[in-house]
Amino acid sequence: MLNSKLKLNPKIFSTDCEQIPTRKGFGQGLLLAGENDKNVVGLCADLTESTQMNLFADKFPERFVQVGVAEQNLVTVASGMAAMGKIPFCSSYAMFSPGRNWEQIRTTITYNDRKVVIVGSHSGISVGPDGGTHQALEDIALMRVMPNMDVINPCDAIEAKKATLALAKTGKPAYLRLGRANSAVVTTEETPFNMGKAEIFWMPDVGLAQVGIIVTGGLMHRALLAAKELENPPAGGEGIKTKVMNLFSIKPIDADAITSLAKECKAIVTVEEHQIAGGMGSAVAEVLAANYPAAMEFIGVQDKFGQSGAPDELIEHYGMGKNSIKEAVKRVLKRKI
Amino acid sequence: MLLNEGKILELSKKANDIRISIIEMLLEAKSGHTAGPLGMTDIFTLFYFHVLKHDPKNPDWEERDRFILSNGHICPVYYATMAHAGYFPVEELKTLRKFGTRLQGHPHREYMPWLETSSGPLGSGLSQAAGMALAERLDHGLNTHRFIYCFMSDGELNEGNSWEGAMLAGKHRLRNLIAIVDRNNIQIEGDTEEVMPLEPLADKWRAFNWHVIEVGGHDFTSLNQAVEEAHAIHEKPTVIIAYTIPGKGVSFMERDYKWHGKPPNKEEAAKALEELRNVRF
Repeated sequence: MLNSKLKLNPKIFSTDCEQIPTRKGFGQGLLLAGENDKNVVGLCADLTESTQMNLFADKFPERFVQVGVAEQNLVTVASGMAAMGKIPFCSSYAMFSPGRNWEQIRTTITYNDRKVVIVGSHSGISVGPDGGTHQALEDIALMRVMPNMDVINPCDAIEAKKATLALAKTGKPAYLRLGRANSAVVTTEETPFNMGKAEIFWMPDVGLAQVGIIVTGGLMHRALLAAKELENPPAGGEGIKTKVMNLFSIKPIDADAITSLAKECKAIVTVEEHQIAGGMGSAVAEVLAANYPAAMEFIGVQDKFGQSGAPDELIEHYGMGKNSIKEAVKRVLKRKI
Repeated sequence: MLLNEGKILELSKKANDIRISIIEMLLEAKSGHTAGPLGMTDIFTLFYFHVLKHDPKNPDWEERDRFILSNGHICPVYYATMAHAGYFPVEELKTLRKFGTRLQGHPHREYMPWLETSSGPLGSGLSQAAGMALAERLDHGLNTHRFIYCFMSDGELNEGNSWEGAMLAGKHRLRNLIAIVDRNNIQIEGDTEEVMPLEPLADKWRAFNWHVIEVGGHDFTSLNQAVEEAHAIHEKPTVIIAYTIPGKGVSFMERDYKWHGKPPNKEEAAKALEELRNVRF
């Protein structure tokens, strides 16, 4: 059942569950952050509307900097503005920022300890028809390896808005990962948001969970659908009890919550729209190998580039859909020690 | 501010002291860059002892000018100048590049919080300086009273990021941004015009909507005049292309690109120090 304490969207399992891209939540959040604090500035590399920074740019044109198609400039100008007390958000597609400007982010933002938020929209395979060049599947790895960099991957548009507002106040470098495509809204305005804390969205009606499913980003809805069907199989028979954890903060990582889930289940499936190498699953594996080794299965892209297609089609093709999650849960259950 | 003869003499002596420190610290460190720091010593001296609005005893002073060193590898001259200006003890220069030092091989703000930025990887300083100038304009409009200075190398103009920053500064007519290019014509692998030609360099900057001043890099009076001219330009950012002699002040190092990235050994250092200690003013 859904964790009632979290006031999640009651329409999660209905066909009319709202569908909004996480980038929209960012756009709204940045507008609010700009209203709250005049030091918030926005920089964009010629993708203002598609990264949804246009809401901020229209309201605060004097605080918006259009840098043109120049992602290295995007983050280094932001670093300079942060040095003068501004709180810059720089947006582009994740493939270009942090894809193209990694060293500039490292030297001038994290090494320099400048409070800049790198906003990478259009991450993951669900970018869709633009094809493999534009589908950032490596960005979590690129950013989480960097000291002094937080990595935030919201599960829906509402969480993206809350994360944006929180990051405007955090006082340290951060990467905010967003998606282009519509994704189901699983939380509500009332859902508690605590930076760095992983919450359990789904839990068994009674008893302990047999498998823990840890999810980051927009695949949360599919994981919840999988968890529901696993517990109450549509075809009948004995179900599998799971817990589904929302790991929007990949760094800092909630090691206590992850370890405690592993102690309960002794079997973990991680779910992310990213290469399995170096992503959230790897981060969870690092935590568990050091604290409480458990059997693991990794849902993500298996060392391949993407291609053109509809978002749902690609998620299915690359093994990140609801049925793939269910299969991974069954596999890990067999491997459980 | 104009320079008088007394001040020029004082700056000349200071620059010589700084060159002595550079040789001493590189000898001690046994690695590091020699030619660039010696070539930029006169310009650093002019800035830290005449041009910059700063207070070594109060490095966080909000009204200070901002100084960015983009090509971090010439930091021996940066460190030596700052030590002589009173930011930290001159004796500490001997810790350059050693374990536990604040004086890393390339500058790091974490250990020296009075630096405006860390640098080393080339081509990113100008954009940071442009960001500072933009923020300054946001807070103070066109009546800005602080200048943002960015020292750059000619070699790092191979980097696309340098020109991205130049384009943005030109777009926004960042009049309080002043770049100084160390035009010494050498980079690690040889002559800049062999490795990747930069000429016509002044025309390139003009094409990016910058005001360009070309000046010799070792004459305090003309360097100071160039800075005064830059302060007076209101419609554009200004770049001062300073023609410097790499290795300046040590005869056997001057104009030899082999001294770009190596330190003097004991004998070479002794010879260099003897030359510098016998300069007549």
